[in-house]
Amino acid sequence: MAEPPFGLLAELTHRCPLSCGYCSNPVELVRREAELGTARWCEVFDQARALGVLQVHLSGGEPLARGDLPELVEHAAGLGCYVNLVTSGLGLTARRLADLAARGVDHVQLSVQDARPGEADLIAGARAFDHKLAAAGLVRELGLPLTVNAVLHRLNLDRVDGIIALAERMGAQRLELANTQYYGWALRNRAALLPRPDQLARAAEVVAAARERLAGRMELVHVVADYHEAHPKPCMHGWGARQLTVAPDGDVLPCPAAGVIPDLGVENVRDRPLADIWHHSRAFNAFRGFDWMREPCRGCPRKELDFGGCRCQAFQLTGDAANTDPVCSLSPHRAEVDRVLALEPEPAAPVRRGFGR
Amino acid sequence: MSAVDVVPRLRPGVKRSYDEVRRCHVVLFPEGVLVLNETAAAVVGLCDGRNSVRDIAARLAAEFDGVRVADVVELVGRLAERRVVELRG
Repeated sequence: MAEPPFGLLAELTHRCPLSCGYCSNPVELVRREAELGTARWCEVFDQARALGVLQVHLSGGEPLARGDLPELVEHAAGLGCYVNLVTSGLGLTARRLADLAARGVDHVQLSVQDARPGEADLIAGARAFDHKLAAAGLVRELGLPLTVNAVLHRLNLDRVDGIIALAERMGAQRLELANTQYYGWALRNRAALLPRPDQLARAAEVVAAARERLAGRMELVHVVADYHEAHPKPCMHGWGARQLTVAPDGDVLPCPAAGVIPDLGVENVRDRPLADIWHHSRAFNAFRGFDWMREPCRGCPRKELDFGGCRCQAFQLTGDAANTDPVCSLSPHRAEVDRVLALEPEPAAPVRRGFGR
Repeated sequence: MSAVDVVPRLRPGVKRSYDEVRRCHVVLFPEGVLVLNETAAAVVGLCDGRNSVRDIAARLAAEFDGVRVADVVELVGRLAERRVVELRG
């Protein structure tokens, strides 16, 4: 039997006041009518805790779009879970946050789009910048730990120093500088988002210097741009190893992007207990461990480090999820990544995330 | 200042808990979960911002056999690296 998971990413809703073109949500967003209700989410948390989950990330979309968020927080916290609220900050008032904190939110992760209001609001597709500053102030006043998360891409990478300064001003304990990973909307907008190598090199220098300067005050987590690397990321620390995702409609996924892999056999919390899905479903066992691997992963010592990289990326770029992640320099499909990197940058703005008509 | 004089305490946002599923002590923090053995759990329990590493080792020695100060120094160092505790002089 697989080890039990530590974390649950609960995508409570795909509704969001922002429309960032790098959103990792699937291009086919789940509509409000299809979302799980309050009682069903509470059941999901009960089952997740019994299975071994200790960390619940309340995410989306924007979790504040759910009117029952306070009840969901209280339920998850009551089970002894560490409750992380992943939010855009829009719709967060002093009263709402105080209520959520009293009900058990342990930590807030707040997104920022760019260092300057104009550019940030352009990416967000909404007047969001000032709300975020205000939201950070509220988090600080309540004494909750704050992580600021910024997704990096060609349009904001040259201002990474300003983003770091913004996170300091916001009073973050931790800043995640995450280069865009190409799933969902980000994959659709890849040509508009891919950074140039010189941008990445400069940003890496800025981040290294800031890390030294801020040691002991603010932790910097730097998620690298994997297309530009020689080895793949250890995606999810292995398939079905540590965390699971429940989508707004109750689909249970090994990672938030796994819905793109065809014929995976994704199951739903409405139909089968979570523990059964984690341990026994076809979807969760498809790429668990090392037995599914082909060469060059199978005989490679790095498989213990990177687990063959990302299954979704393998599918998206090679057409077969069981292939080595093609960002790996040992992959026979690496040429596809190099081809994408060699393309002329797309001058057009990214397509905005949103519900289709 | 010597490593035995530092005073560790849990960082803000870090919680201690007992996991009934795994039947072990854990610490929960923004970055993840740390599963603790009995000794580590006892050390974390004493990281209250008052006890120095020396104090913690002395308290543990009264409870467990074979506690070495060097082991406590090492464990507290690892907890600081994982950002579970912060250290003050």
